[in-house]
Amino acid sequence: MPLRRGTGLRLLGLLALAACAALVLYLQPLRYGLDLQGGVHVVMQVDESYTAPVTREVMERTKAVIDRRVNALGVAEPIVQLSGDRRVIVELPGVHDQQTAIDTIGKTALLEFKDPNGTTVFTGAELRNATLSSDQFGRPAVAIQLNDHGARLFADLTGRYSLTRQPLPIVLDGEVLVAPVPEGTIVGGEAIITGQFTTEEARQLAILLQSGSLPVPLSVMEIRNVGPTLGQESIDSSLRAGIAGVVLVLLFMLFYYRLPGGVADVALAMYVLMLFALLVGLRATLTLPGVAGLILSVGMAVDANIIIFERVKEELRSGKRLRASIDAGWKRAFVAIFDSNLTTLIAAAVLFYFGTGPVRGFAVTLSLGILLSMFTAIVVTRTLLRAVVDRNPERFVRYFGVKEAA
Amino acid sequence: MNVIGNRVIYLVISAVLVVASLGVMVVKGFNFGVDFTGGSLLERGLPGAVSVPEVQEALAAPELSQYELGGSVIQPLEGAVEGQTVILIRTKAFEDQGPIAAIDEALEARFGEVSVRRTEVVGPVIGQELVRQAILALLIAGAGILVYITFRFEYRFGIAGVISLVQAVLITLGVVSLLGREINSPFVAAILTVVGYAINDTIVIFDRIRENLQIRRREPLMELVNVSIRQSLSRSINTGLTTLFVLVALYVFGGSSIKDFTLTLIVGVVVGAFSSIFVASPLLYVLRSIGEGREPARTAASSK
Repeated sequence: MPLRRGTGLRLLGLLALAACAALVLYLQPLRYGLDLQGGVHVVMQVDESYTAPVTREVMERTKAVIDRRVNALGVAEPIVQLSGDRRVIVELPGVHDQQTAIDTIGKTALLEFKDPNGTTVFTGAELRNATLSSDQFGRPAVAIQLNDHGARLFADLTGRYSLTRQPLPIVLDGEVLVAPVPEGTIVGGEAIITGQFTTEEARQLAILLQSGSLPVPLSVMEIRNVGPTLGQESIDSSLRAGIAGVVLVLLFMLFYYRLPGGVADVALAMYVLMLFALLVGLRATLTLPGVAGLILSVGMAVDANIIIFERVKEELRSGKRLRASIDAGWKRAFVAIFDSNLTTLIAAAVLFYFGTGPVRGFAVTLSLGILLSMFTAIVVTRTLLRAVVDRNPERFVRYFGVKEAA
Repeated sequence: MNVIGNRVIYLVISAVLVVASLGVMVVKGFNFGVDFTGGSLLERGLPGAVSVPEVQEALAAPELSQYELGGSVIQPLEGAVEGQTVILIRTKAFEDQGPIAAIDEALEARFGEVSVRRTEVVGPVIGQELVRQAILALLIAGAGILVYITFRFEYRFGIAGVISLVQAVLITLGVVSLLGREINSPFVAAILTVVGYAINDTIVIFDRIRENLQIRRREPLMELVNVSIRQSLSRSINTGLTTLFVLVALYVFGGSSIKDFTLTLIVGVVVGAFSSIFVASPLLYVLRSIGEGREPARTAASSK
């Protein structure tokens, strides 16, 4: 019997997907975390020139701002910690643009809205939001949204000086970014800051404004490269352990579920390939616990296959023929797979939306794992199984690990 | 296997375990690592070429065992003086200088003259803010799960599922507290994984119960839930096994740095798998029996 219509096409599609994933892995270098590869160790200190007392609380706020900036820069698994009374230690994994990252992190980023006499009317503390945008000529700019209090002050300010057409300077760390002449009263607190920005500069500025200004000026005391926290030996033994675990899973599937188990193994290999490619494509940073989590997800990804195969076996036991059993098994298993995975996905979405830093990173990885494992079980395993079985279904029944139908 | 017939036993065991876990957490607390508590940062120059594992061995010397330095993180630092290896040691906070002097002595005994470059008290990497937000996010996630299950199944499935999830997480936390394992950044991810696993596992059994409620309308509820558990049992066992294969391999053969992380996961997966069968399903039975007389009507479940 020939392949069912579409199976050949699907096989081709899957092959193309696998090839794409392999290509991404080949082209895009992996990023490793501090534990696997080390990175850069930066010590920053409150400026000597800053003479006001530096309390614990001020330093905690400083750390919080730096935490937000590091997160916004997309640096995964950083270390930010206070050291002594006036210092902050920042450790970043091998980010490709270390200097920019360090410059961004150490900027005070005090944004001031001034009147024409140079008196500060309000500061960036009144910002609700700052995003990368563009002005009416398509040049990179930063769109800001003020909070209610800031919006009122801004409306007053623009209203008062729009008649005299005096420029209102917007100043960042003492440097005038732009001094627009108000055309009228601006209500609603929305504005666009233009300047001679490149897109990259505008993006950095948006990050800085969004994460707030540092309560104290910092200066970089030292920047040095640090090696990985884990010895090569420890990394190697963990990877070997992970591979051993995955091989156990594959063997278990093969021996317990026979032919479909072997097919699921191929699908799982594709799962690993695609998951890695996606993470690399998203520029995720691999740490050892992260890799352990990925390996664990293989153990969990077989779940959907197991649910399906158990159903197929039930159908076979009830006396159905192989092709009918496979179709019915998939159909029945689908609801269970859909609901169980969607519940987890909802939890992951909430974690992403409300979580910060590492919790968010985890939510992304978890969601990708769930979606891909559903895809591999529902599409990949099925397509492969059809390709194998369809030619001569009855010949293959005995390879499904079901004893003679009762 | 008559899970529902013995439901009282299982639910009592579960309740006792939850109370015991809470008790252990209150009395013993958690062994928070330097990621949470902050600690000491030592920068030391050692003569010649020294590797990270060698420093770890030196810190494991018997005369240092009283200070429990197992969780220390060691990194080599570049830009050293010629002929020296500079290392950073992140370790616990100490009340006085005694332990730090002892560390320096141990290093000196092993590698020769130690140059002290920096000794500082450092704050936590994971602040209370992050922990607070993670807990808040988990609570909202629980509400989200409840709403989804109510929408796809019905509210009693949702309540049973979420209670079972909460008890699985509490017992996992209790075991971690009891074992006194050190808790660092990856722990947060481990607990979140347990949440994902446990709820996923429960829903698969609930799906079977929902299906059977529609096709086996005549059957008494007790028998029906029992049959559903039995039907999904090989799946529950096999999925638990494949997950444990990986975790146990990582725990036994993996490096020491991920042992605490994988142990938390092993406990969580086992507890999560058991709760789906012995807590979530009996709870669902109890909830459906209440207020519906001896033989609950099953109209609700057909409206999926």
